[in-house]
Amino acid sequence: MVKYVGKRLIYMFLTMFLIATATFFLMQTLPGSPIASYNKLNESQRAIVEKKYGIDKPKPVQYAIYMKNLAQGDLGTSFVFKGKSVNDLLASRFKPSFILGAQAMVFGTIIGILLGIIAALRQNTFWDYGSTFFAILGISIPSFVFASLLQYWVASEWHLLPVGLWNDGWKSSILPSIALAMGPLALSARFIRTEMIEVLSSDYITLAKAKGANGFEIAFKHALRNALIPLVTVLGPVAAGLVTGSLVVEQIFAIPGIGEQFVSSIMSNDHATIMGTTLFFSAFLIVVIFIVDILYGIIDPRIRLSGGKN
Amino acid sequence: MKRNKMLLLFALSLVLSVILAACGGKDKTEDKNAAPNKENDKATEQEEAGEPDAEQVLNLIESAAIPSVDSAIVEDAVGFNVLNNVNEGLYRLNLENVAEPAMAAEEAEVSEDGLTYKFKLRDAKWSDGSEVTAHDFVFAWQRAIDPDTGSPYGPFMMSGVIKNATAISEGEMDKSELGIVAEDDKTLVVTLERPVPYFLSLMSFGTFYPQKEEFVTAKGDAYATNSDNLLYNGPFVLTEWDGTGDSWVYKKNEHYWDAENVKLETINVDVVKDSATAIKLYNDGKKDRAGVSGDLALQYSSHAEAIVQPETSVFYMKFNQEKDGKETPLANENIRRAIAKSFEKQDLADVILANGSIPANFLVPKDFAFDENGKDFRDIAGDHLVYNAEEAKDFWQKGLDELGVTNLELEILGGDTELSKKMNEYFKSQLEGNLEGLKIKLKEVPFSVRLELDTNQQYDIQISGWGPDFQDPITFLDLFVTDGTNNLMSYSNPEYDALIASSKDELALDPAARYEALAKAEKILIEDDAAIAPIYQRGLLQLQKPYFKGLAVHPFGADYSYKWAYISGKE
Repeated sequence: MVKYVGKRLIYMFLTMFLIATATFFLMQTLPGSPIASYNKLNESQRAIVEKKYGIDKPKPVQYAIYMKNLAQGDLGTSFVFKGKSVNDLLASRFKPSFILGAQAMVFGTIIGILLGIIAALRQNTFWDYGSTFFAILGISIPSFVFASLLQYWVASEWHLLPVGLWNDGWKSSILPSIALAMGPLALSARFIRTEMIEVLSSDYITLAKAKGANGFEIAFKHALRNALIPLVTVLGPVAAGLVTGSLVVEQIFAIPGIGEQFVSSIMSNDHATIMGTTLFFSAFLIVVIFIVDILYGIIDPRIRLSGGKN
Repeated sequence: MKRNKMLLLFALSLVLSVILAACGGKDKTEDKNAAPNKENDKATEQEEAGEPDAEQVLNLIESAAIPSVDSAIVEDAVGFNVLNNVNEGLYRLNLENVAEPAMAAEEAEVSEDGLTYKFKLRDAKWSDGSEVTAHDFVFAWQRAIDPDTGSPYGPFMMSGVIKNATAISEGEMDKSELGIVAEDDKTLVVTLERPVPYFLSLMSFGTFYPQKEEFVTAKGDAYATNSDNLLYNGPFVLTEWDGTGDSWVYKKNEHYWDAENVKLETINVDVVKDSATAIKLYNDGKKDRAGVSGDLALQYSSHAEAIVQPETSVFYMKFNQEKDGKETPLANENIRRAIAKSFEKQDLADVILANGSIPANFLVPKDFAFDENGKDFRDIAGDHLVYNAEEAKDFWQKGLDELGVTNLELEILGGDTELSKKMNEYFKSQLEGNLEGLKIKLKEVPFSVRLELDTNQQYDIQISGWGPDFQDPITFLDLFVTDGTNNLMSYSNPEYDALIASSKDELALDPAARYEALAKAEKILIEDDAAIAPIYQRGLLQLQKPYFKGLAVHPFGADYSYKWAYISGKE
C-alpha cells in the first residue's frame, strides 16, 4: 500500500510537471498581448511594460524562472490584476467554486444513486422510465442550459431564489449547484441502475432473499455496495465535468469563482493567471483521481492496490 | 423492443426540451413589454418632484473586475472609472463635459506661448485628513513616467506633451527633469513640450491624478492592492475591495472638498459579465442600471426604461494597401472608394446594431470635440464618402479596368461575437450585391487575434474601431499619419501628415485655423483618398431606473461620474 501510494505520488508530480510545461509553451502561441492598451502604445512604450512583466526575456529563460518559482509554490504575479499574486487571486476565488462543486457533487450523486436504485428495483415500470428520462435529460442538456432555465423560472419569474451574485448566503449557491449537479446526477443514476440490475440477479442476493432479508436491507446493505464500484470509477471524470461546467455556470450566475476567472484570463492573455488556474484545476483532478483509486480498495477489498499474488 | 422504447423516450425528451426552450423564449419577450410600462408611469409622476430621497443607495453593475486603482498603472475602462470617482485631478469633467477646476482652485494661468501652466490648488484633503499639496502631483507624475514603474499610460499620455517625458521614459534623463514643479505647497507649474490646446481637459484624466508620496512609499508593493491601501481625494472612498474580487462599495468621502454637493451615501457594485443576467438583476430590482449588449439590443430597444448612451467610439473599415511587401488591389483608390460607398449605413445602425448607434460619414465622432465657441467639430468638417450604390458601381468598374481584371476576391477581417458576425454578413451581402465581380470571404476572429493580424498587416479589409483618449480630434486623426503605430495599412499622404504636424506646431495657438486644418486632413483621409470607410458611431443601450438621476456620462477617459447622481422617487 505504502509503496503503491509512493509510486502514485511520483507519477502525480511528473504529470503536473508535464502539464505545466505543455501549458506554458501552448500559452505562448496565444495570439495577442497581455498589455491591455497594447494597440495604443508605440514600440518603446510597449518595451517598458513588457520588461515589467518579464516577458521581454527569451522564452526558455521565462520558462526556467517560472518553473523555479512554481517549485517554491509561487504562481507568479497576475498581468491583469496589477501587483497581485496569482496565489492570492486563487485563494480569494476558491471558496465559491469549492462550495458549488462540493454541493453539486454530493447532491448529484446522492439523488442519482437513489434514482438509480428506484429504477432498478422497479424495472420497466413508470418509475424506471421516469428516472431514465431524467437521466437522459441530464446527460444530453449542458449545465448552462439548466442554469439559464433555473435562473429564468425559479429566480426571475417565481422570485424564490436570487437571480445571481454571491451576496445572499447559502441561497446564492442553490441554483448554480443544481445546474451543475444535473450531470453527476444523470450519470450516477444510469450507472447504479445498470449495476443494480446485474447485482440483484446474482446468486448471493437470491440467497439473501431466501434467508428472508427484507427488500430494503437487500437493496442498501447487500446490493448497493457492489453496485457502487463502477460509479466510483467515473467520479473522477464527473469532477472534471463539474470544472468545465463551472466555467459557464459561474458566468451566468455572476459568481466570483475560479472558473469564471479562468475564462477571462485567457481572453485577456494573463499568462500567469492562465498557468495558475490550469495548474490548480489539474492538481484538483489528479488528486480526485488518486482518491478514487484509494477508495476502490476500501469499497471492494478484492481490488488489491499493490500487485500481490494472483 | 427495449431499444425502441429508449429511442422513443429520447425523441420525446428532445421534443420536450425544444418546447421548453420555445416557451421560455416567448415568455421572455412578453414579460419585457408588460412589466416596465407600469414603472414608467410611476416614473413620469416622480420626475416632477425630483427631490432626493432620504435613502441614497445606488446599486450598479460593472462589466469587469478592477485590475488596478493605482493612477500610474491603470490602463482599462473599469480602472479609470473607479479612479474618477474616488480620486480627483486638477480638473474634472462636469455634467456638460466641460473640464472645470477641481483640485485646482481656479482656472490655470497660461503663458503667452501656451507652454507654461500655473495652477493654484484649493484647500482639499485626502481621506486620512491630510492636505493635498502640489508635491503630490509632482510625485505621481514622476512616478507614472519613471520606466521602473512600468506604466503603460504614463508614457502614452505624457510623451510629446509634458516637457522631457519621452527622454525620461526611455531612461535617458532623470525623472526629476519632468516639466512639473511645485513652487510651494499650493502652487504647481507645468511646462509643456509644445502648446497643447486640449491640455486642461487632459488634467481630468486618471494618469494625471495626485498621489501622496509618504503613503505610497510606506505601503510599498502593497500600495493600491486593496481598498485599505489607498488614499482618496475624490467624491467617494472605495471600500470592501479585496484587490481581485467581483464586488466593491463606494462610500461618500466626508473629507471631499465639495462633499455638500455629493448626495449618494453608498454605491454597491457587482461585476456581471453576462448581459442577460445583468438584465434579470435589473428587472428584479437588484440593480439600478444595466447595459444591454450585442444581440439583446434589438429585443430591448423599445423597453420603456431603455435609454441610449451616446458614445464616442467610431468604427470603420481599414483598407490594407500592402500585404507581404506587395501591393493589394486595395492600393487602387477607385476600388477603395467603390467599397466605401457601396454599403447602406442607416439600416445597419437601426436594424442590426439597434443600440442607438448612428451612421458615420466621418472619423472624428459627433458631440465630442468643440471649438472655443462651442461649435461641434462635425459641423465644421461635414460628411465624407456617403453611401451611393450607383457611384460605387462606376468607381468599381473604373478600378477593375485599372487593375486589368474582371473580378476580385477580398477578405473581410471582423470580430467573432454574434453581433459582429451579423454585421460581417451584412457587409458581404451589400458589397457583393452592389459590386459585380466581387467575392467577399469572411474571417471572423477574437479581438486579440484581430490585433495580431492588424499588427502584421495580414488582412484585406478590417472592421476596426477607435475610442478617444482625450478631447480633441487629433486622438483620431493621429492614427493614420505615415508610419503611425496604428496605421498598419500602408496609407501615406504627405499633405495629410503636414496638416497633422502643423496642428501640433504652428497652429496650436490658433484654434480656428487649427480646426480648419484638422477638418481638411479628415477630408483628405476619407473623401479624397478613401483610405478608410467610416461605418458607424457607437451607442450603448442601457436600462436605467427612472429614480436614478444625475448620472454624468463622459465622452473620454472615465465613462461616468457619480458625484452629482442621486436617488429620487424610489419607494
